[in-house]
Amino acid sequence: MLKTLLTAVREYRRQSLLTPLLVALEVGIETFIPFLMAAIIDQGITPGRVDVIWRLGLILLAMSVVSLASGAASSWFSSHAAAGFSKNLRHDIFYNIQKFSFENIDHFSNSSLVTRMTTDITNVQNAYQMAIRIAVRAPLMLIFSIIMAFNINAQMATIFVVVVPILGVALYIIVHFAYPLFQKVFKRYDRLNQVVSENLRGIRVVKTFVRENEEIHKFNTASTDIFSTYSKAQRLLALNAPLMTFMINTTILAISWIGGQMIVGNSMQTGQLVSMFAYAMSVLFSLMMLSNIITQLSLSQASGNRIVAVLNETATITNPAQPVTEVPNGAVDFEDVSFYYAKKRKQPTLSDINLHIQNGALIGIIGSTGSGKSTLVQLLPRLYEANEGTVKVGGIPVQNYDLRTLRDNVAMVLQNNMLFSGTIKDNLRWGNPDATDAQMIAAAKLAQADDFINELPQGYDTYVEQDGSNVSGGQKQRLTIARALLKQPKVLIMDDSTSAVDTATEQKIREAFSHDLPDMTKILISQRISSISGADEIVVMDQGKINDIGTHDELLARNAIYQDLNKSQIHASQDPDVNPAGPTLQKVGDSHE
Amino acid sequence: MNSGVRSFGKKGSGPRHTGATVKRLLGLIFTSYPLPLIVAMISIIIAALAGVMGSLFLQRLVDDYILPLVQQHSHDFSNLFRAILIMGGIYYVGVIATLLFTQIMPVLGQRIQRRIRDDMFAHMQTLPVGYFDRNDYGDVMSRYTNDVDTLMQLISQSLPQFVSSLFNIVFVIVGMLTLSPLLTILSLFIFALSIGVIRFLSNRSSKYFQAQQRSLGQINGFIEENLNGLKVVKVFSHEKESEATFDKYNESLRQDAALANGYSTMLFPIMGNIGNILYVLTALVGGVLVVSHNSALTLGAIAAFLQLSRNFSQPISQISQQLNAIIIALAGAERIFQLLDEKSEVDNGQVTLVKAHAGADGQLVQDDQGSVYAWQDPKQAALIPLQGRVVFDHVDFSYDGHKQILKDINLVAEAGQKVALVGATGAGKTTITNMLNRFYEIGSGTITYDGINIVNIKKDSLRKSLGMVLQETNLFTDTVANNIRIGDLNADDAAVEKAAKLANADGFIQNLPQGYQTLIANGGSSLSQGERQLLSIARAAVADPPVMILDEATSSIDTKTERQVQVGMDNLMAHRTTFAIAHRLSTIFNADLILVIEDGEIKERGNHDTLMAQKGIYYELYTGKTILD
Repeated sequence: MLKTLLTAVREYRRQSLLTPLLVALEVGIETFIPFLMAAIIDQGITPGRVDVIWRLGLILLAMSVVSLASGAASSWFSSHAAAGFSKNLRHDIFYNIQKFSFENIDHFSNSSLVTRMTTDITNVQNAYQMAIRIAVRAPLMLIFSIIMAFNINAQMATIFVVVVPILGVALYIIVHFAYPLFQKVFKRYDRLNQVVSENLRGIRVVKTFVRENEEIHKFNTASTDIFSTYSKAQRLLALNAPLMTFMINTTILAISWIGGQMIVGNSMQTGQLVSMFAYAMSVLFSLMMLSNIITQLSLSQASGNRIVAVLNETATITNPAQPVTEVPNGAVDFEDVSFYYAKKRKQPTLSDINLHIQNGALIGIIGSTGSGKSTLVQLLPRLYEANEGTVKVGGIPVQNYDLRTLRDNVAMVLQNNMLFSGTIKDNLRWGNPDATDAQMIAAAKLAQADDFINELPQGYDTYVEQDGSNVSGGQKQRLTIARALLKQPKVLIMDDSTSAVDTATEQKIREAFSHDLPDMTKILISQRISSISGADEIVVMDQGKINDIGTHDELLARNAIYQDLNKSQIHASQDPDVNPAGPTLQKVGDSHE
Repeated sequence: MNSGVRSFGKKGSGPRHTGATVKRLLGLIFTSYPLPLIVAMISIIIAALAGVMGSLFLQRLVDDYILPLVQQHSHDFSNLFRAILIMGGIYYVGVIATLLFTQIMPVLGQRIQRRIRDDMFAHMQTLPVGYFDRNDYGDVMSRYTNDVDTLMQLISQSLPQFVSSLFNIVFVIVGMLTLSPLLTILSLFIFALSIGVIRFLSNRSSKYFQAQQRSLGQINGFIEENLNGLKVVKVFSHEKESEATFDKYNESLRQDAALANGYSTMLFPIMGNIGNILYVLTALVGGVLVVSHNSALTLGAIAAFLQLSRNFSQPISQISQQLNAIIIALAGAERIFQLLDEKSEVDNGQVTLVKAHAGADGQLVQDDQGSVYAWQDPKQAALIPLQGRVVFDHVDFSYDGHKQILKDINLVAEAGQKVALVGATGAGKTTITNMLNRFYEIGSGTITYDGINIVNIKKDSLRKSLGMVLQETNLFTDTVANNIRIGDLNADDAAVEKAAKLANADGFIQNLPQGYQTLIANGGSSLSQGERQLLSIARAAVADPPVMILDEATSSIDTKTERQVQVGMDNLMAHRTTFAIAHRLSTIFNADLILVIEDGEIKERGNHDTLMAQKGIYYELYTGKTILD
């Protein structure tokens, strides 16, 4: 884990190395101060020599200033190094995600990816800053102070040989037992959040079924669980403070008792005794700091692991070594194609698909959910990779193409069409960054979007809100079609992307396509028979297989599934005007009024 | 959670009514657990006092015991031993006091955190639906997590440390004054200097922490948008452009984070080294004073003073650190109190729903084992049979008192009839059903249920008599069976299965790995939209109410599943009064009453045939000539 994370240090290596060096300088000076202080007392104050006091005092002042400067600088550099490190981590994660195939994307939920890129990275950033500064400072402080103590009075310094291991073991025991408790607390918090979250989202269900008391009981159990584990963990950790006070006080008493006798016996001086007190505190405090550091670093380990999981996820679809950069035509071939969604299901999502579509044809695909319609067409722009068989566009297997070339030529209007915050023009330019206004208008006209765009307050410069909330479902769909057309693709796939468009407009879109784009292969997936009935050929999908291929009339005559769908859609209606799929009364995906 | 390195100066928005919040919070802590709090506070004071007295004792140790021994060349250490014993006594009283308050305060914090959370949740359950519609999900959520956590942090850590630091400073200053007023003035001068440094650094860092929060928010928003649209990004090979935008946000976050942390972490070494400077200055000035015999300063006093000055700079930086934590926690506490102060749903209903059976004379008799439900009005002897006749009489509604959302809605739904509501988003269809279950209260007019004004029906009873299948199915983390059982807690497994069969959900449930015992996680993300809807129909079926509100899902599920859902819905609607917010043909065809709603008004009413003949809005919609958005 550490190795992967540390690759993100990069250009911040200099600051990362400078920090511990400055810390070492600071600690060195700091531990030297009590030593000189002893000299002031013993060689200046006790013998009454003002000149010695002044000389040593000024040296000490100068040293303190240097120590202050290097301490401040080390903090400054450590912050910059850590912020830079986390920037690089975020960068690496984001760039890796951009490389993900659809299969990779399905591995992680969006919210978990966001958490990894924010909270987890912040945790790791703090841990990194700690690692290069405080985690260097504490052990150095401990070692230097012990060395200085031995230097002053080796006999007395042996106290530390007794005290340090005792405190070390005690602190270790506390951390050892508290750490798993804290891990448990995190899990209990998840449960609590879950209950609150489900209640916030499902408050109407709770109220409708009058479940307030049950939910309150559920919550109380969760919060009591947190209470009992968390207080245990905190009480354990709270032993640190009295333990430290106890050890420091005991050490000071021991030093006073032994030191008193030594001074009387002339083997020690008063100043040295005072400096021993200072060293005792440094030693014990740095031990405590060390135990804190260990706890903190191990708590951030989980965050580190979550980040590495994303970094180590390798994109399952990559560019070939010698990519083909031109798609000759829009012919499409599926040869013995099978496809499995990784791990999810035992039976294949698609099997034994054989389908040949000529350049410029208009093909309809129909079938129930889970029949594999969307999966089938997603193999064309290599959003997923077929497990068996060959998928060809323009007679060349899709794996041989440069990904960008392939996806530019096989345009896809997805089921969950999405617009991004920006003007309508910005959104259309996704199809072609260099599109001229005339090209954009032409594409919008084909998609029957030009009229409503012109009616918008700022026309093509109207700003689309983050989730496209200020355009209707049908308008959104027409914009996403126009966006795809701007690519001037050889193959256009529309995955149920006119579901919110009224039948008359839908008809106009189809007519415009046949008339103006005769050489573009058009593949339409739809739930409505009326949307695809005019297609050259209609593919009926059922349980991951092609059930039948034929024209509307042929299928009506012979295919049971097709007949069934047709029947349900013209249900009880003899009126020729009636839209056979029924009215689409509302904007897709709208939740509450 | 328990972060030892709490970023200092990380300010959210500060509290707005600091005084009132502090008062209420202290009141809460004090009235909840007065005894432990008092014990803890006294312990904190004792511990601080013991620390300072221990340091002061150093003077006597040196001046009264060690130095005389040195001068007398005596080897009688019994006095020294006694002195050390006294010192030990003081020290260990301090240790015990420390042990006491460090054990009491975290548990106190935990107790209060549990109590506040429980209170908050219980209170939240009484709030009207309007509260949840008005308030952002994340905002309410963070009150349970961040706000309660920081509050607990305040009680278990910041508060004791703050008090302890405060008393430490006071005792240290008093101690210093007894040793040497002159050196104390020197220390106070350094003290003032440190305050200046702290203020400078924390102003800087909090400025950049705010900037960092903004940058974090921006990058967060961008990442979310990018992830939600990642498939679109890939389809359009838009990766390069996204990366460029990301880099821009990322760099600005780096700069803010570096500066914010830079200024805040710098505080510790600077304060520490100012402490060193004070230490050195004390020795220097004190030494000169002793040597020049210009004051009563002794060697022991200097030793003690040096020790005290070590204890001086630490509490100062701690106080400034805790002050920030306290401000953040108070802002959180204010938000918690805000939720606790939200007004609960008003419920003056007297009429309740009871079980009953038909008596010999045909009259209903209350009976907890009875097979039918009836209304019980305390003002009336006889039970009223539960039938499901609903009447809206001149109903108006407005959220804010200005903009009319519903205008003069009149409708009669006879028991067992099906009413379809048709109209554009925002026309007021869902709002009409929200009046019936009293998620919102009507402005004027009356709604009656079996002839009883619904205002007089106890809300719990009213809602029990109404089934709802909502557009979005909210599943809870539990088994499939228990998710259905939400409709009726007392339903046994057979009843659950029966309801699932009625809802047409049994088939897919049997195919799940553990059937009815399959655990649903993440809101049922492993189930398809259609399957979730089937579960929510089963849930309503097990409740078996006489009146149903169906808000059909609009998102495209395929025809086959849709038909399954339709069969389930049809089964559910049979023999029940149904209000259907309709998107599907079949729902509309056979409705007894179709209401076309526009701008909160009923524009057309009738059944399918009469409305088609009318050739009005309904006809236009139905023939696909108009599309509603």
